[in-house]
Amino acid sequence: MSETTRSTDTTMSAEMKSLLAPTVDSGSSWRDLFLLPLAALLLAMLIGALIMIATSVAPATILESFVAMARGSLGSMHALSETVTAAIPLVLSGLGIGLAFRAGLFNIGAEGQMVVGGLATAIASFAITGLPIWIHLPLALLIGLSVGALYAAIAGILKAATGAHEVISTIMLNLISFRLLDYVLRQPVIQKEGRSDPISKAVLETAELPRLLAFIDGNLRLHAGLFIMLLAVAVVYWLLFRSKLGFAFRISGENPGAARYAGINAGMTVVLAMAIAGALAGLAGATQISGVLGRATPGFTAGIGFDAIAVALLGRSHPVGILLAGLLFGALEAGGRQMQVDAGVSIDLIGIIQALIIIFVAAPLLVRRIFPPLFRERSGKETADD
Amino acid sequence: MDIELRGICKRFGPVQANQDIDLEIRAGEVLGLLGENGAGKSTLMNILSGLYSPDTGDIVIDGKPTIFNGPGDSIAAGIGMVHQHFMLVPVFSVVENVILGVEPTTGADYLDLDAARAQVQAINTDYGMQVPTDALIETLPVGIQQRVEILKVLFRSADVLILDEPTAVLTPQEVEEFFTIVRSLRDAGKAIVFITHKLHEILEIADRVSVLRQGRVVGTGQPDSFSEADLAELMVGRPVSFSVERSAARTGEAVLSLTDISLVDQTQEVSLEAVGLTVRAGEVVGIAGVQGNGQTELVEIITGLATASAGSVEFGGADITRASVRARHSLGIAHIPEDRHKSGMVGNFTVAENIVLNSYYDSSVTNGVQIDWQRVRRRAARACVNYDVRTPSVQLAAGSLSGGNQQKMVVARELERDVKLIVASQPTRGVDVGSIEYIHKQLIDCRDRGNAVLIVSSELDEILDLSDRIYVMFEGRIAAEFDNSERQADRGAIGLAMAGVAEGGAA
Repeated sequence: MSETTRSTDTTMSAEMKSLLAPTVDSGSSWRDLFLLPLAALLLAMLIGALIMIATSVAPATILESFVAMARGSLGSMHALSETVTAAIPLVLSGLGIGLAFRAGLFNIGAEGQMVVGGLATAIASFAITGLPIWIHLPLALLIGLSVGALYAAIAGILKAATGAHEVISTIMLNLISFRLLDYVLRQPVIQKEGRSDPISKAVLETAELPRLLAFIDGNLRLHAGLFIMLLAVAVVYWLLFRSKLGFAFRISGENPGAARYAGINAGMTVVLAMAIAGALAGLAGATQISGVLGRATPGFTAGIGFDAIAVALLGRSHPVGILLAGLLFGALEAGGRQMQVDAGVSIDLIGIIQALIIIFVAAPLLVRRIFPPLFRERSGKETADD
Repeated sequence: MDIELRGICKRFGPVQANQDIDLEIRAGEVLGLLGENGAGKSTLMNILSGLYSPDTGDIVIDGKPTIFNGPGDSIAAGIGMVHQHFMLVPVFSVVENVILGVEPTTGADYLDLDAARAQVQAINTDYGMQVPTDALIETLPVGIQQRVEILKVLFRSADVLILDEPTAVLTPQEVEEFFTIVRSLRDAGKAIVFITHKLHEILEIADRVSVLRQGRVVGTGQPDSFSEADLAELMVGRPVSFSVERSAARTGEAVLSLTDISLVDQTQEVSLEAVGLTVRAGEVVGIAGVQGNGQTELVEIITGLATASAGSVEFGGADITRASVRARHSLGIAHIPEDRHKSGMVGNFTVAENIVLNSYYDSSVTNGVQIDWQRVRRRAARACVNYDVRTPSVQLAAGSLSGGNQQKMVVARELERDVKLIVASQPTRGVDVGSIEYIHKQLIDCRDRGNAVLIVSSELDEILDLSDRIYVMFEGRIAAEFDNSERQADRGAIGLAMAGVAEGGAA
């Protein structure tokens, strides 16, 4: 053995060079990220078709509905615009949930964080006046982001200080946020003039996210939130895989004992991870208000914060995976609406298909069994433990 | 009952776990089964207990080829397994644990506890086990709990007992008592398979020994035809220098001193009481003791994971009683934690990520808030080369390495930087003989470079081999101290201190 000759900083032996080579298993992670969801989608649609048959939908209609789904999500400029527009809040919230998940936290509170973030943005968007768009819009979004972060941090602080489980506390914070929204929307300074139902004043033009495709057709809803979404994907990727903080998050999530051993402050990690998750969900609410809705109404988040849990799961808590999963769910959303119009099949089927996708993704072994050729292991990675 | 394994092969994907294994288990005989981790012992025993079925080969019981379709068949055939980790219900009594799953009942399906107790008591006295049959498991010492496990398999009328690393949790005295029981079982005609990696135990208890390496039987014979060195060489496949070469220590100033350290938790449970010890530069200090006598807490207090309720910790002359983990890390305290899976590494992370697990924030591998993975990978590659971590790439998940290489990776991480004190807790647990030898050598090298080394281990041999001075812990206190600079410490005396019968009457 040659352990007596210690290599130093300056020299680099051939042995070291070979150790620096990337591993060959990048193929398997590619399969996990793309093929698995695709196979899951296929299976889910197949079972969706079976459900339609079971509810005595004619086979021709089933075919028609899938065609409508494809047309409504990908078939036209309008369809693509709708798909991406629906994906923006899903991806943003999904990133928050995925990041928290990497830190070992199950953030069920994205919906509530979207509510308070969106509400704060709505208020800032009509209450602050006289600013140019390049100040007002970022300010309004930033306020939504911060309020979302603070709201989620409550759950983090409760966990750090008292050990309260974040699943419970974020669910409770969701409920609080729904009632808070109802209450705030009825306040005279918030409520739209001359309305008796809870609805906020409209967002000022200087706080609206510009529509990107309005020059082609005024009905295309795709807005500048697209760039915010892409930026967020990049930032979360950097945070998780390049930054010190993200490394601490990942250690804490993978092995709390190792985090303690490495001197990572568990309480601080919990609070920060929750706050960042809340910031992303708050931003999702904010873009939804200033890009799509233009005002806050009860239930304006429409369960996106819950769907985003599925998006994060499907995307394996990886920023790129979440982007793809969000786009898929956006496409299902947009396609489902078209399906309802064209084929008269209930949009609830989309919910069923989404749920089935998650089930299949959560059971990768099952999908691998059903499609063996796609997932045949080439390398000898499996060990005797399997 | 005799069992013969003929040409057993078992393959998991590309891994040939067992290859053409022939093994004879005979009634009234103790068969020692030796092998490193990953040699195929567990696979073989799982085949014998019906969990796996062999790809090819036969299990022949008393001349008849038999096929096990599950653990039930194996138990019915009279094979009983005593696992290394006990499977007992702590709040049940001994009898309740023994009968769990095969409860004797009276006609109307009522639990017949009296009959059960009588039956268990009969087995108990037959083999001189002295187990209090009505005591709750949680009140019993580990050595007795192990006997309950044996009672369990005997109650199920096992004729073949497989004992998986049975002495790992016992004090030397308990081992002696345990061997007495094993011998009485053998004399009563039971067949015993004794799995261990401790060579001297094989030589003491086994009537025959089989050595496994890389899934094959590489040697079988009478123990007295082998020396420890022969067995070690068979096991590893190359000559192993069995005891660590250790020249006289050149001891310097005190590096670490603990004074009157106590630790009392919120429930007023005292885990450490007035512990004082010193570790000097250039010496290895060993802490012996049965697991659970305060060693874990002591290490936590030294490394900053816990804060003492009373007393002080001094390092290099400075008071660090309340210093953080990171402060101590940067002062030069290295920590090899007792359980690498629980805290020493992250299996899903790459080797490179694991190498900076507790130094990723250091300016040597960061640019501001960002980690420079290029530099991390280079550091990891260097550490792997210097500390013999065998991996095809530093970008491979650490969890896919063998136990020995995982542990060497942890050792590499801790020793690669400039340290003054190494706190090594169970540094070779679950590690193959070759790696044990290597890690021991690294620790001694560290000492010879003038560092202070503190080793905590429940393996007394490891302590005796490496330490210049030995403290024995019992129930949260230092029960005794032994000089071992010339390897003169008395094994028996240490064993007594471990059991709480200390010299000088401090029990």
